[in-house]
Formats: sequence, C-alpha cells, structure tokens
Amino acid sequence: MKDVISVLDFSKGEILQLFELTDKFLSGGFRPSLEGKIVATAFFEPSTRTALSFTSAALSAGAKVLGFSSDEATSVSKGENLADTIRMLENYADCIVMRHKLDGSAKFAAEVAKKPVINAGDGKREHPTQALIDMYTVRKLFGTLEGLTFGFLGDLRYARTVNSMLRILTLFKPKIVYLISPPQLRARAEILEELNYPVKELTDVKDVVGELDVLYVTRIQRERFLDEDEYEKVKESYRLDYRTVERMRKESAILHPLPRVSEIDRRIDSMPQAKYFLEASYAVPLRSVLLHEVMAGD
Amino acid sequence: MKSGLLVSKIRNGTVIDHIPAGRALAVLKILGIKGIEGYRIALVMNAESSKMGRKDILKIEDREIEEKEAELITLIAPEATINIIKDYEVVGKRKQEIPQEVVGLLRCTNPSCITNNDVEAITRFRTLKRRPLQLACEYCETRLTEDEVVRQILG
Repeated sequence: MKDVISVLDFSKGEILQLFELTDKFLSGGFRPSLEGKIVATAFFEPSTRTALSFTSAALSAGAKVLGFSSDEATSVSKGENLADTIRMLENYADCIVMRHKLDGSAKFAAEVAKKPVINAGDGKREHPTQALIDMYTVRKLFGTLEGLTFGFLGDLRYARTVNSMLRILTLFKPKIVYLISPPQLRARAEILEELNYPVKELTDVKDVVGELDVLYVTRIQRERFLDEDEYEKVKESYRLDYRTVERMRKESAILHPLPRVSEIDRRIDSMPQAKYFLEASYAVPLRSVLLHEVMAGD
Repeated sequence: MKSGLLVSKIRNGTVIDHIPAGRALAVLKILGIKGIEGYRIALVMNAESSKMGRKDILKIEDREIEEKEAELITLIAPEATINIIKDYEVVGKRKQEIPQEVVGLLRCTNPSCITNNDVEAITRFRTLKRRPLQLACEYCETRLTEDEVVRQILG
C-alpha cells in the first residue's frame, strides 16, 4: 500500500513492472481484482476523463466507487479545510484518488491520511498517472523508452502533465528533449534543475520537428494564471498545424493529455502521427492495474 | 575588531559573532527577543572585521541558545560563531551548519501552495544550497532565496 504523489515515487523497475502487468491485462493474462474495496474519487477541481477513467478502472476491477467532482458539493464550500475532508473520506474508502487546484495538496493529503492517496493532479505541480499512461503509450509505439527524442510543445510553465513527464524521463535517458514554448510559458526552474539529460529550449516547433520521435502537445492552462491579462497575452500563441506535421517522420507520434482546445489542427487527427486517442484508450487499463497494485495485499 | 571598546564583557550568557552586517536585528527576531524580556543585550552593528569587512555582534546576558535556534541563525548568518560565556570566560564555541529542513518558520511565497491555504499545513523547506542560501518548499517546490529568507525573518 503506497501513495502516488509524484512519478518519482516509483522506481524504474516498478514502472516497467506496472507496464508489463498492463500488457498482460490487455492480452487477457491478468485481471486486476478489487472485490470488496471502495475507492473515493475526490475531485475538488473539475475533471472529465481523469475522474471517469479512474471510476471505470475501479468499477471494472470490482471495486465500489464514491466521490464528488466539484468542491461545491462538499463541506469545503462551508469552509471545511482539506485535512478534515481527507480524514472524513478515509473513513469511507480504502483509497483516495484526489485532484485539487492547490500546489502540494496531494502530498499534504497523503500525510493526513493513513489510507493510500493517488494524486490525480495537484495544481501546477504533477499529474503522475497521466505521465504513466503517456509513457506506456510511448513504449507500445516504439518498443522502448530509452534514447528517444522528445519535444514538448505548449504551456510548459503550468502544465502538470509536462512536469511529470520531464521527471519520469530522468529514469529513461532520452537522447534529447526539446522544450518548445513562447518565452512566457517556459518550464519552471525547479523542474529544469533536476533533469539529467540534454534539454534545449526553443520557440518554434518547425526547427526540430523532423528530428522528433514524440511530440507532446499541451493546451494553455488558463485556470492556473493568476492574472487574466497574462493569459490574454499568450492565448493562441502556438498551434500545431497540418503542414508542420507533414514534415514529421511517419513513425513519429503526437501525444496530448487532452482536453485540447485549439492547439492542434483537427485535420491532424487522421494523420498517422496522431496517437492521442490511442493514448487516451490506455487510461482505464493502466489505472485499473495501478489501483490493484496500490491496494493489493491490503 | 574594536567592539571591545564599545561594549564590556558579559558574565554569563551568549556572544554571537560574525553576523553579516545589518542582520543582528533579524537574529534577535529568530531568538524571539523583543527587548521586554529583561535580558541585558549589547548589539554592535557594522563593526570592522578583517574577515568580513563589516559585521554585527550580539551579546545577550543570561540567555543560552538552543540547537534549533542556532540552526535557524545560520540561515541568515552562515558564518556566525556562538560563544557560550560562563564567569566572563568562553567555555564553549558553536559553529552550526545550516539545517537540512526548516519547519514552521518561513512562509511559502506561492499563493497557490497548500501551506498558504490550509490551517493545518505547516511550512517545510528543504535546503538545496547553503551559499548563497536556497530553500525549496516540500509541498509546492517553490524556491526561497537568501534575500527572501532575510526579508521574511525581518518581517
């Protein structure tokens, strides 16, 4: 039984084991079993695919699920603090899957709770289970996670999925990682300082598009901007267009944690590089296996 | 150093030497000394120092410094030496290392950090670099610089 707060809570071996188990699940050789367990989905911040895929993952493994998808429906709206809400939830469930707008909220919740806490996104900090899904997709497509060339395009300042991806890559020795964004949306220093592989920051994806194995695109995280004027300055400041993707190698992959807004030209959906819907299809099986692993033996 | 000309020796207590110039008041703040506690205190600011150019010195009578306090002093005065005085003699010298972790003293500068939004979330910073000082919030990972630490301690 363990908490999942950051991707780096896992060792490389544990990640590969999780992926192998997911392979087995998909091929019918393993079935996650959560009979008799209850999973609480505590989404203090709106979510569609993360909340529903965790719910589906838990239900399909035989668990019961309870929870909420907005803090308006909870005592938080009456002024209850997070610590008290978590103490209450752990009386009702065997595991808490939590999303919250505040940075560091998942770590704090894990310190309060004796039951395992899975971080489903805490502010602009991390979204570890999304990075696991993303890396699982990369492994499926390329047969390896090592030595690949990645490009991250978009809001690298506030996108928590990018933080988790940049961190998980410290375990897999990428050849080089290009960080492509407008200057105002560059990755934060605290993330960059920890990286142990070559990184290059640039503003135009066209400069490197032919080199990439994986292009990871994110939307601008409007909800993280403290100042609406700052958002206005950068909105629609980048967009992946059809012509740019034509210059990518056919076997390269475009990933996106979704939801997308306008940063990917919809005509790209039918191109061979577009893998974001395939990526989304792995969310339920991987999260199902993860829930099993977190609660196994409990 | 000509501070001996300014302030006489103390009988029992603590002398904190080699405080960076201008930070003696911040050291008093860490010790929770406001002046109304009744301790006899001598404070020398901007004294000449062959090692530091200028430095501050604090002499506090009948007050010992606990290890935790000494650790916190090193955050703003990494070169400080803490001398324990008994009967006018230095009976102990302490040179403290900057602590690995600073709990509850400092505030995170990120307004979206959980520690600024939940009454039960106590701040906890990990030391990343000692000189110049750099700390990281254990919750949201925001960095605190030495200037920010001094600013917060001085309030």
